[in-house]
Amino acid sequence: MVKVTINNTVVEVPESYTVLEAAREAGFDIPTLCYMKEINEVGACRVCLVEVEGARSLQASCVLPVRDGMVIKTNTKRVRETVKTTVELILANHDRECTQCVRSGNCELQTIAEDLGVTGLKYQGAKRVKKYDDFSHSIVRDTSKCILCGKCVNVCKKTQDVGILGFQNRGFNTTVGPAFDRPMTETDCLFCGQCINVCPVGALMEKSDIHRVFDAIEDPDTYVVVQTAPAVRAALGEEFGYEIGTRATGKMAAALRRLGFNNVFDTNWAADLTIMEEGTELLGRIQNGGVLPMITSCSPGWIRYCEFNHPDFIPNLSSCKSPHQMFGAIAKTYYAEKKGLDPKKMFVVSVMPCTSKKTEAARPEMEVEGLRDVDAVITTRELARMIKQAGINYNKLPDEGFDNIMGEYSGAGVIFGATGGVMEAAIRTVADVLTGQDLENIEYAAVRGVEYIKEATVTIGDLDVKVAVVHGTENAGRLLEMVRNGEKDYHFIEVMGCPGGCVNGGGQPQQPQKVRDVIDLRVARAKALYEEDQILEIRKSHKNEEIKKLYEEFLGKPNSHKAHDLLHTHYTSREK
Amino acid sequence: MAKKLSQEECFAKLNEAIEVHKGSQGALMPILHEAQHLFGAVPLDVQKVISKALSIPLAEIYGVVTFYSQFTLEPNGEFLIGVCMGTACYVKGSGPILDRISRELNLPVKTTSQDGKFTLIDTRCIGACGLAPVITINDDVYGRLTEAEIPSILAKYINA
Repeated sequence: MVKVTINNTVVEVPESYTVLEAAREAGFDIPTLCYMKEINEVGACRVCLVEVEGARSLQASCVLPVRDGMVIKTNTKRVRETVKTTVELILANHDRECTQCVRSGNCELQTIAEDLGVTGLKYQGAKRVKKYDDFSHSIVRDTSKCILCGKCVNVCKKTQDVGILGFQNRGFNTTVGPAFDRPMTETDCLFCGQCINVCPVGALMEKSDIHRVFDAIEDPDTYVVVQTAPAVRAALGEEFGYEIGTRATGKMAAALRRLGFNNVFDTNWAADLTIMEEGTELLGRIQNGGVLPMITSCSPGWIRYCEFNHPDFIPNLSSCKSPHQMFGAIAKTYYAEKKGLDPKKMFVVSVMPCTSKKTEAARPEMEVEGLRDVDAVITTRELARMIKQAGINYNKLPDEGFDNIMGEYSGAGVIFGATGGVMEAAIRTVADVLTGQDLENIEYAAVRGVEYIKEATVTIGDLDVKVAVVHGTENAGRLLEMVRNGEKDYHFIEVMGCPGGCVNGGGQPQQPQKVRDVIDLRVARAKALYEEDQILEIRKSHKNEEIKKLYEEFLGKPNSHKAHDLLHTHYTSREK
Repeated sequence: MAKKLSQEECFAKLNEAIEVHKGSQGALMPILHEAQHLFGAVPLDVQKVISKALSIPLAEIYGVVTFYSQFTLEPNGEFLIGVCMGTACYVKGSGPILDRISRELNLPVKTTSQDGKFTLIDTRCIGACGLAPVITINDDVYGRLTEAEIPSILAKYINA
């Protein structure tokens, strides 16, 4: 431990701390734009400058290690004016069309400018190069907003092991983007949206599908059903001022109803269905000598990562479609049949914590008899915007439930949204099926939490099932390498493309870095899902009555011919 | 020299260079230099080979190639004309010299003529401030220039 004096306050902090961390410990908020612990510690934006006694120039506190006896000042005229000038210079070439920017009100640059009292601009001049890429289904890139902080570059490279974004050219012409300025569709982008989540400004955003959804709702001839992914309820409240980790399930259902959807359903229902299909597939592979380890296929970012980077593992991927695609396929067949609806006039909307789901829904194989499984995917953020645009007072909404016959769900379905959740849900069902019992001990702590790889051996009857859970594609790549070279050996692996799983997906509410630095969103949001799991009476997918009925009335049994037609898919090896 | 090699030979030589440098720290720069030398540029297909061999994302390699002026994405012309825009040259009138060359050759700055003969670029300080204003044509250096001298200098290369 070392002693540091910050603005006359003495704090004792570990030697590994930076001045920024020490200042925060002492209760002083230093602004940052480019800093992201362990991912982007580059001292590039120069808004975290502090005065260090004995040093001639101001120092970037985010990359300055503490020394014993250091005397720091964060709040002098010199610091304030220098940082303000820095921000004014950033703003001078920034595309300041704030009112037309999707991040207005939630922009870290705007917030810092406001905090520093920037009211007029001393500098006027050339603007940044504008390159605009909205070719993909998922992500829009606008370099005129970019402040070159480099967070997206390093999240893409380090956290996700993809690296499609990089700095290019030099000096004032520097931009961030894919090589040769190719559209993201022509790269191996996962469309995971982690870059969007860390972007402090509006340079990266999702491709909005709000208008298509509003238009479908408005059209009297279209029957619009909506489903919500498990992780959406763990974060939607944040957009309306609720504490991180507040469960929004009831208000979310109420809001969707008021938006005018004909039916409000839940992807959790389809998560239970997925477990029936995926669990059966796993048992089949174990019992019949199929390809093992089997790897989950719910996360479209992970699927793209596997297709581009580890195509040798494609046979290991579960053939199950992801839950929301299963939902769409069943909605336009079983549900349409039961309700006497024309599936051609149905419009299925998925509310997802994910930007990659937009691209997944557009994959050519995601259709049944010429009809798309899912017609539009909107993110958690887009749903919040729709609620605001429709003038719905979220805070006053009552708690409501989901509609029958695709709305009931088990606790197992809820926890799909957190890393380890799909694995735990699968084990709950597989264990019951294999032992023929109704096991009471169903919480598998070994697969929960945010450790980069979680392993467990679950003894079910006389079978030892070896499982592993990873999240974030960089971790997935590392694990696959170990499986490939024989270092590790499993029956079943769960991979979620985003760190922490869907609760931290690229379509979730954007929290500023200073919040992300102190609150682990992955943990706080996952807590909401595990809470919901605990209060539910039914916590195993195969106990879901509506799912049982679906098999009785329509599908026959899991992995039946019909189930294969509707609920399973295939993958493609892709060249980078 | 290099241009006489076939594409296949160039790629074979590139792979040799990759083998030599692979695994060492900062392997990318010497490999890019070799690629630029072999191919006269570092285009997409070459960058892809390097990216795969070194496990460095394409975007990062593209970033390095576009950062350093020694690397180009398309081959330069037979004669690379560099007009120094460093401070000393600039105040001594390299601007009008650049304009004059551009006019004489009917060639915008940072482009290559259609016949592949000339590439015209403006450069940062080349360190020959004592000769300001200065231009280079391949390895030839022309200093203390006036605009009037330009046509006769260019004529040597046009007729070469």
